[in-house]
Amino acid sequence: MATEVVTPQAIVMADFKGKVDPDWCPGCGDFGVLAAVQKALVELQIPKHEVATISGIGCSSNFPGFIDTYGMHTLHGRSLPVATGFKMANHAMTVLVTGGDGDGFGIGCGHFVHATRRNVDLLYLVMDNQIYGLTTGQTSPTSRLGMKTKSMPFGSIESPLNPISLALAAGATFVARGFSADQKHLTELIKQGIEHKGFSFIDVFSPCVTYNHDNTFQWFRPRVKKLEDNPEYDPTNWAAAMEKSLMWGDEIPIGKFFERTDLPTLHGAEPVLKSGPLVYQDNRMPADVAQSFIDELM
Amino acid sequence: MRQSFSVGIGGAAGQGVATPGDIFAKIFSRRGLHLNVYNAYQSIIRGGHTFLTIRTGPDKIGTTDGKLDLLIPLNQDTMDRHMRLLSSGSACLYNADLIKPAAAADGVQLCPMPVSKLADISRNKIAQNTLAIGAGLSMMGVGFPALESVLQEQFRKKEKAVIDENVSIARAGYDYASQNFKPFAWPLPMTDARYAVLGGNAAMAMGGAAAGVKFYCAYPMSPSTGVLHWMAEHARKANIMVRQVEDEIGVINMAIGAAHAGVRAMCATSGGGFALMSEGLGLSAQAEIPIVVIDCQRAGPSTGVPTKTEQGDLWQMLGAAFGDYPRVIAAPLDIADCFKLIPEIFDIADRFQCPGIVLCDLLLAEGRLSVNPNELDFHPAIDRGELITSNGSGEHEPYKRYKITESGVSPRVIPGVPGYTHTVSSDEHDEDGVLISDEYTNSVKRRAMMEKRMRKEDGIAASVPPPQLLGPANADVTLIGWGSTYGVIDEACELLRDAGISANHLPIRWLVPLHGDAIVDLLKDAKHTIIVENNFSGQFARYLRSETSFVPNGHIRKYDGEPFFPNHIVEAVKEQLAGKTKLSVPSHEVMV
Repeated sequence: MATEVVTPQAIVMADFKGKVDPDWCPGCGDFGVLAAVQKALVELQIPKHEVATISGIGCSSNFPGFIDTYGMHTLHGRSLPVATGFKMANHAMTVLVTGGDGDGFGIGCGHFVHATRRNVDLLYLVMDNQIYGLTTGQTSPTSRLGMKTKSMPFGSIESPLNPISLALAAGATFVARGFSADQKHLTELIKQGIEHKGFSFIDVFSPCVTYNHDNTFQWFRPRVKKLEDNPEYDPTNWAAAMEKSLMWGDEIPIGKFFERTDLPTLHGAEPVLKSGPLVYQDNRMPADVAQSFIDELM
Repeated sequence: MRQSFSVGIGGAAGQGVATPGDIFAKIFSRRGLHLNVYNAYQSIIRGGHTFLTIRTGPDKIGTTDGKLDLLIPLNQDTMDRHMRLLSSGSACLYNADLIKPAAAADGVQLCPMPVSKLADISRNKIAQNTLAIGAGLSMMGVGFPALESVLQEQFRKKEKAVIDENVSIARAGYDYASQNFKPFAWPLPMTDARYAVLGGNAAMAMGGAAAGVKFYCAYPMSPSTGVLHWMAEHARKANIMVRQVEDEIGVINMAIGAAHAGVRAMCATSGGGFALMSEGLGLSAQAEIPIVVIDCQRAGPSTGVPTKTEQGDLWQMLGAAFGDYPRVIAAPLDIADCFKLIPEIFDIADRFQCPGIVLCDLLLAEGRLSVNPNELDFHPAIDRGELITSNGSGEHEPYKRYKITESGVSPRVIPGVPGYTHTVSSDEHDEDGVLISDEYTNSVKRRAMMEKRMRKEDGIAASVPPPQLLGPANADVTLIGWGSTYGVIDEACELLRDAGISANHLPIRWLVPLHGDAIVDLLKDAKHTIIVENNFSGQFARYLRSETSFVPNGHIRKYDGEPFFPNHIVEAVKEQLAGKTKLSVPSHEVMV
């Protein structure tokens, strides 16, 4: 009997093209991040129906609408709990979480720390432009000290938060930083982040061309230095990663700061999920189990 | 008047009030008796005052009633506070070594126990409790073997010597009472029935399991934490994923994420936690992702009185989250209903892809009730609504998640199905999920989408039965209540009828949709209507008026943290029928 071999159609960039084109400002850093994500999914050959892209609110959180996958555009700051619940209910899906620095480190910072320590198996991509864009330019948790915005017109007197150090301190098992202008490098990081089993965090410098006149593409370009270019850098060394995370100024490291693969993911540690994704499990409990619950009350 | 017998056990938190309560409850239910348990306590782990009341009898016991047949004070404070609840024929069992009797009414039997003579108190710290249980059961006419077997179960994880010691102490108390105290005039009857002793929180958790909930998450908050405890303890047996989350904002959003992935997801909290959830509730409505949220009300506002009951969250539920959207709100009528309601509300939430709110309160959540085990149906019919779970032949029209339909319901797909990718959104969107603010804010599309969602309200209303009037037609007084007041109003009606006042009862279980026209129709010939509720402002009365223009003749309200007792309502009805007032606020007899 002849056997027919069906070659699955190769997955190409066009598969991930969203229903509408992005409405980001021309030149926005987020275009580069979107392209890098689409490229990473193509290179990993992940079918779009096996991907969930989940965001909060903000310019960069409009991301799920601009890529064709299963998407959720949720509430400001709440992408990570939504994504955690989603992943727990169907851990067969690849979950990408996208958002900005205000969404993730401002209103959603509490969830960031907890999703991190839980080691939820997802990739969290923050398009960090150090400003609130969609609300027309206010200070964000990563705005530099002294930066003048509409909400702090005389310059910020608050120190910025360091996303890389915070992720490391919270126990992230994959921590990286990318630059939207270096798409090839970013694509590589995204691929690693997707393949990493556990919570992967990539903080991406994604300059706001409209409201942030301090941290521009031109400002970043000469400063960013790839950790991968340093053969002595060991991304399994947490203390070294923490030390590197504090570097800022003339030289700003990008690349993979840290990865560990020895910790179980949240869904991997949960016995209830051993028999497969929750959504495909029977929602009827066996009669003897039901009876045992009643017997406890007698 | 229904025959009943009430035991009250009180002491400082940590003195072991709960265990004797559990033992009595088990013995009563195994005699085929109904029971109702209410525990009055404070937000304190050690010390303070805890008072547990168990009322039992051969007929359904819908409420405790503040009266006591047997008082077991474990400290002087309890003796002094509660002795006034005893009347002729009742008894007080106490440790004569430590507690002085308070002034008692005529005919109250004082039963001092020489605890140090009957048990080695240096070895057994709870000897006074165990002696009192033995003595009490002896006076109730319960045979010792019933107690012996319950003690063996209670201490089954302990070594045999411990079990034997407790049995022998109980026996000493039992025998001492037989020789020294007068038995109660009404020995506890026995029936062939067998009841489960069910707590409201456990009932809602089990109802969730029966409804096919696969994901439960919560942040601890009294008085809802018992739902989390049941879920966590039974998760692995029931195959439910249970998570404790960092806050209630995280809770509702995690539930929404799981629900969108395709499982039934539930969470529970109290008023404060619900306030944090309200934005998430709007997301559930706007993205059309069904979830069920339980609110176990406690006395508010703010942190309020964490361990006391109230029906003060109704308007929070009615107004939760901004904007107009379809929602379902139901208040369970008793603890058995806490179980039954959950699969019902899940079906509606799933069919109409909207949030469902269960408005419970501390009285039910932390109370216990005897329930016929046959009423606990773990395999009810489940209707998940229009759900696409596979791509079938692969051929289909381009999928529109928010397709405009006559019913307002658009078929939902389980993410993962090939050919149906789409984005759900909290922003207003078009039929295909594209944000309308991403093209231009299209007023035609906005209106169409708003109307599509709101059309679901018609279907929801048709899925929920209108309320029914219980009791005789043409009654002298009609009492209207909602949720947990069902049991106490039911008994108040009985007492009123005994007093020559015919009374009927309109209990409201579904708050949204309300079926206002049906309510007005039921009440149009009522002679005298009174709304009974456990809050200050008459939240239900104001809601009913806003929906129907109906104004009752009077109100009975209570907002001191304690539940109504039947006599509170009876006295209030009498004063209102006599024209003395239109608003009665009964005072609680004892500070607990």
